[in-house]
Amino acid sequence: MAHDAPATALGPLQQVAGDFAADKQAFTVPWGKAMMWIFLLSDTFIFSCFLTSYMNVRISTMSAWPNPSEVFALHLFGQDIPLILIAIMTFVLITSSGTMALAVNYGYRRDRKHTVMLLCATAALGATFVGMQAFEWTKLITEGVRPWGNPWGAPQFGSSFFMITGFHGCHVTAGVIYLLITAKRVASGFYDRKGSYETVEVAGLYWHFVDLVWVFIFAFFYLW
Amino acid sequence: MSDAKEGQQHPLAVYLWIWLLLFVLSTFSYLVDYFHLHGMLRWSLIITFMLLKAGFIVAIFMHMAWERLALKLAILVPPLCLLILIGFMAIEGDYTFLTRGAAFLR
Repeated sequence: MAHDAPATALGPLQQVAGDFAADKQAFTVPWGKAMMWIFLLSDTFIFSCFLTSYMNVRISTMSAWPNPSEVFALHLFGQDIPLILIAIMTFVLITSSGTMALAVNYGYRRDRKHTVMLLCATAALGATFVGMQAFEWTKLITEGVRPWGNPWGAPQFGSSFFMITGFHGCHVTAGVIYLLITAKRVASGFYDRKGSYETVEVAGLYWHFVDLVWVFIFAFFYLW
Repeated sequence: MSDAKEGQQHPLAVYLWIWLLLFVLSTFSYLVDYFHLHGMLRWSLIITFMLLKAGFIVAIFMHMAWERLALKLAILVPPLCLLILIGFMAIEGDYTFLTRGAAFLR
């Protein structure tokens, strides 16, 4: 990169000052990547607001919070396994994160076949995740969970649950569509004509972020 | 842009190892619930595994570790002000709880 030319013993902070100073491009990455990072930053604030408001209602409620370990247990093989559905969803999402990282890698190698396969695998795992979430919602709604109440305790449980997991599920759904469009473009040779596979990496950033948000939801909503 | 290497290219092994690590960490956080750990031990383990997972995803899968410091600072520093929001809302939640106790449980 041209900007790296005078890389002589500049301290890290001098490098930052240089990047932000003067009338030039601040971030030496493709604009799509910088914009995706800034979008993800704003999304971080949205999800943080949801999780913080969940913390606030959970601290302030007078009734006991329903035990997520029992609420999300499934009856399998003749016994109740705590939180098992959520654990499987977590593994599905992490698997999809791995296939996504590999897709980005194969994209940069100009290996279109493997990139398309890995992108489709990622999208399929994402769709599986959404399907399991739909199952979970159905189960809870059948058991009487509503945004204003539930059979087990603090009524705020329902509103927090539907808001947080619903918003995350929308992100996953959008991500599946995004990945399928990217896969179609890889397959058609669009990025070869463009001469750059950075767009696959940008799609990857979005997908990893969706997994990242789930890490926090899993820890704070389901495990806490 | 030079015609050397485009974008973020790293050996496959890096991704595979981090992938495995994320599986292991997720299993650990699930086991925290499975073995019904309680109190400070439970919370500190949950937070530790969560931060490790988040750190590896951002640093390796999202390539933040290899980006220039300017981008790192621009993206990673602003979320720190969320700590203030979290602190305020925790205090506010405690206050609401005490007020409700005083109003409804007499």
